[in-house]
Amino acid sequence: MSIKYSEDHEWVDAKGDDLVVIGITDFAQEQLGDLVYVELPEEGDECTRGENISVIESVKAASDLVAPVSGSIIEVNSRLEDEPELVTEDSMGEGWFIKIKLSNPEELNDLMDEDAYNAFIED
Amino acid sequence: MSKGSQVRTTPFYKMHVDAGAKMVPFAGYEMPVSYPLGIKKEHSHTRQFAGLFDVSHMGQIKLSGDNVMSALESLVPVDIIDLPVMKTRYALFTNENGGVMDDLMVTNLGHNSLFLVVNAACKISDYDHLKKQLGSNYKVELDEDLALLALQGPKAVEVLSDLDPSIKDMTFMTAKQIEINNIDCFITRSGYTGEDGFEISLSANDAEKFASLLLLNEQVEWVGLGARDSLRLEAGLSLYGHELDSSHSPVESSLNWALSKVRRLGAEREGNYLGDNVILKHLEDGPDTKIVGLLPEGKMPVRDGAIIENENGIQVGEVTSGGFGPTLNKTISIARLKTQYTKSQFKLFALVREKRIAVEIVKLPFVKHNYYRG
Repeated sequence: MSIKYSEDHEWVDAKGDDLVVIGITDFAQEQLGDLVYVELPEEGDECTRGENISVIESVKAASDLVAPVSGSIIEVNSRLEDEPELVTEDSMGEGWFIKIKLSNPEELNDLMDEDAYNAFIED
Repeated sequence: MSKGSQVRTTPFYKMHVDAGAKMVPFAGYEMPVSYPLGIKKEHSHTRQFAGLFDVSHMGQIKLSGDNVMSALESLVPVDIIDLPVMKTRYALFTNENGGVMDDLMVTNLGHNSLFLVVNAACKISDYDHLKKQLGSNYKVELDEDLALLALQGPKAVEVLSDLDPSIKDMTFMTAKQIEINNIDCFITRSGYTGEDGFEISLSANDAEKFASLLLLNEQVEWVGLGARDSLRLEAGLSLYGHELDSSHSPVESSLNWALSKVRRLGAEREGNYLGDNVILKHLEDGPDTKIVGLLPEGKMPVRDGAIIENENGIQVGEVTSGGFGPTLNKTISIARLKTQYTKSQFKLFALVREKRIAVEIVKLPFVKHNYYRG
């Protein structure tokens, strides 16, 4: 399975069975600077694509994490509550945010592949 | 002077870009918000060693003319007449309603001349204000060909003393004109971080050369506006447009300490500045609002604009500045509260994204000042 990217600088890693892991890209992490707080949604919450589901607070400002896909949130990375720096240190790995069970797997087709995302952030 | 909406650069622009700074527009200038070190580490570096800040966007104004000291006194609630030569004092431009137009540093250069450092966003209006209020008897020069650097932190004095040993004898809020490696520097021992440190005014032509000289010292790192803000927040220092504004008097912004005794009710040079009736009344009767420190519960930053309410959901104030304090490793805020709620027995809450966060009122500063008073 491959990793896809949203225009809001999130990565979506499809693990099969309509399960995806979501985090923010290295590019986003660099733009935000040092993170100081991450507010996560509740496990079991439903989310719709485009909805704000999490707040990421950097030293500078608060930014929203926008759901790149719709579904139910089956797990959140609660380590981020005490260690938001995991996002800075390993945004594509330990710094993941949430796992979603997709309600509309077709939405994955609207996301970018790596080449398209790299071209997107070049602009 | 003003180039309209065009974004300007300081004499250090190229150095910032070469250092890998993230540049942002601020008060009409392209300014470094952070460097590759990152805001938290830049902040800690300043608290432990020496941070170098480009503050050339700020206004540097020279005022001169016969009796210029008493002339400036008509615009500030501060004792300027008795300010000794080469001493620096914090002051505030007030408006007719007793509100604050800007805060500034004033240094007495002697020979009927004063040197003012004012906020970047206010410098044109301050200049116009001075011209209008003081009239043609005084010379008002906003010098746009000067650079301004701040070197802040416990090692700042060591760094500068290596270049000129006489600097270590300066005390907090004093000034000195000095030549370092053939560069004319006007130095004050002051700053905006709560740390010991210096601000250095010099010709734009010498700017790069001088900054490079400082950066040769391993103790010195560039520090951007991001850490400048978190440092001043921890130090409980007011930021114009946040803790200070045109609709609140200095008393309502808890700056009584800056209002000189000699300009107060019944004193020798009572009042006689714009808005004096309002400010003197606030001093007598007590203000409706005060500025206080808040420690929010938990780790969520409570930033400016957050409403503060009491247990019953009645609004009692608003956060004026807030964020993460790297030295305390805590989220900290400054708020304007109605005076009757500034006693610590009240249970208060901040509203952030519809969540209620308990806040504790604490004394400012959050991090102890470390000024060198000799």
